[in-house]
Amino acid sequence: MTRYIIRRLLQAIPLLLIVSLILFVLMQNATDPLATMGGRTPTKPEDRQRLTRQLGLDKPVYVQYFYWLVGNDWTKVDLDGDGTAETPGTRHGVLRGDFGTSIVQTGRPVTTVIFERLPNTLILMLTSEFVIVLGALFVGIYSALRQYSLFDNILTAILFIGYSMPIFFVALSSMYIFSINFQRWGLPHLPTVGMFDPKVGKTTGQILVHMILPVFSIAFISFAAYSRYIRSTMLEVLGQDYIRTARSKGLPKREVTYIHALKNASLPIVTIVGLDLPLLLGGAVVTERIFAWPGMGRLFIDGIDRGDTPVVMGIFMLIAVAVVIFQIITDIVYAWLDPRIRFD
Amino acid sequence: MDAIHTFLEVKDLKTRFHTPEGTVYAVNGVSFTLKEGETLAVVGESGCGKSVTMMSILRLISIPPGEIVSGEVTYRDRNLLKLSESEMEHVRGKEVAMIFQDPMTSLNPVLTVGRQLTETLRTHTNMDEEQSRQRAVTLLEWVGIPDAGKRLTDYPHQFSGGMRQRVMIAMALACTPSLLIADEPTTALDVTIQAQIIELVKKLKQDVGMAMIWITHDLGVVAGIADRVIVMYAGFIVEEAEVDDLYDSPLHPYTTALLQALPRADRRRDKNLKSIQGVPPNLLAEPRGCPFAPRCEFVKERCVNENPLLIETENRHKVACWVNVKTGALR
Repeated sequence: MTRYIIRRLLQAIPLLLIVSLILFVLMQNATDPLATMGGRTPTKPEDRQRLTRQLGLDKPVYVQYFYWLVGNDWTKVDLDGDGTAETPGTRHGVLRGDFGTSIVQTGRPVTTVIFERLPNTLILMLTSEFVIVLGALFVGIYSALRQYSLFDNILTAILFIGYSMPIFFVALSSMYIFSINFQRWGLPHLPTVGMFDPKVGKTTGQILVHMILPVFSIAFISFAAYSRYIRSTMLEVLGQDYIRTARSKGLPKREVTYIHALKNASLPIVTIVGLDLPLLLGGAVVTERIFAWPGMGRLFIDGIDRGDTPVVMGIFMLIAVAVVIFQIITDIVYAWLDPRIRFD
Repeated sequence: MDAIHTFLEVKDLKTRFHTPEGTVYAVNGVSFTLKEGETLAVVGESGCGKSVTMMSILRLISIPPGEIVSGEVTYRDRNLLKLSESEMEHVRGKEVAMIFQDPMTSLNPVLTVGRQLTETLRTHTNMDEEQSRQRAVTLLEWVGIPDAGKRLTDYPHQFSGGMRQRVMIAMALACTPSLLIADEPTTALDVTIQAQIIELVKKLKQDVGMAMIWITHDLGVVAGIADRVIVMYAGFIVEEAEVDDLYDSPLHPYTTALLQALPRADRRRDKNLKSIQGVPPNLLAEPRGCPFAPRCEFVKERCVNENPLLIETENRHKVACWVNVKTGALR
């Protein structure tokens, strides 16, 4: 097993290099970091030329990528933008743990910028994922056990409505109902935006209250897919011969369902959870935007908007590494759940 | 002589499945009895309702789409069809056990063999972990698995097909049931393993003294194990007899045809085996007339309109047919 993990980690190195190269090249063509640097007026041509040199954007893409990857402290850069490179470079490169500095939040290291947002996103996304998986397990198993019952049919209808709705609609509607109208009707109401009320401060209670609507919006959409998936997986497993065997042995129903069936059904469930978890790091772009949640999704969108390539690349690489690691974790969980899978 | 104690009596059992294509009339009024310690073989082609009958007895049919429309299953003076689900759980595995056709899929792939053996014991007895483990080792040795103590922590995929069927048998016999229902336990195995499993089950049956219902479509297997045989066709019992009687003088055209389709050592080899004409019955239509009529070489007008009842002719030999196959005339 250890050898397998080491092999997988080694295989990840070329993969991550290729991923970073592709993303880097795409980012060069996606945005113009200089466009908004003049504030409300367009950046002046002479400023543009100076900034281009100062940021090293005049270099060919492969040189820029190379600097990003291994740093530029072994060569000279044009720090004052006069056209001659005379100052020694200071970047150490991604391989040495230096993701560069943010262009928008001038001079702040990308890692600092990302890690001050990451906890906010993790609170929001992990709570949502927890609510989704737990609820979907409950509902999926319950409706699999009562296939085509009234409960199952009503639930199917509701879930498909949820699944078909765009998340911004759910988010805005819930905001409209539970914040605005509840307030109008004099009922206890939920806050609309932010992580906490500035007048009260960043307390646990405040964060919890502010999380309710965003978590509800994210869960409402994903819940449908998850619970339908768990339902169909459970149905398939419940039709297997070994379930009939378990029942023929006189085992109580809960033991048949939660041990014999669920352990087999958990394999495909683990797969989708394993695929989804690393993507949680990227945050919920739309939901965070609507509820003004200071998370990774908003950081990402702002970064794209304003051409903050170092920050966006940092987020990309964080997700890419997480995907690789969670794939390995998923495989380990597989081997633990299913004795037929062995990696040696 | 003692009064015959009713061990198992099935009366007018009807099971249907409600599918999108329509209602499947799987079992259409099956009645039979079984005495303590007796071995009954149930024979018939695939889809004749033999498995569904036995699964209905243990209420292993999934409802829906299945439905046990009517009938009584009296096991030791209790109607199993009227028991609550939790009462039924005490019957299954403890008093009536079942083994299945395909040992490759009948064991749970993600649980150890030891766990699957001991969970039966711990559900039905007061044994603690260590006692049930000991018992599991004894059971595995009993069914002829070498090195039983070490194999408890193994998973089903680490066993061969024959060995898995032995594990299945050990699981079924864990609580020494008084009735074992074997649903084609040798069909998925190759011939030498088949013989071993049959011998094993015969020996275990002697040891435990249990009654047995052996479902098969292989008349060759029946002769060696059964006391009595039931022949099923399209969800009906068409013939019931002592095993020798059935081979010597089959009374139903279907049984006759089945026996003629069986390769035999005492027949000339250059003669082709006889096959049964026509197609297996369509169970989606409500049965009317004799179900075998479309394929029967003795068919009369009456057969098409009226379904014959199962009647006793002689010597506890029962048949459901309007025609006397020996003379070809109506009874």
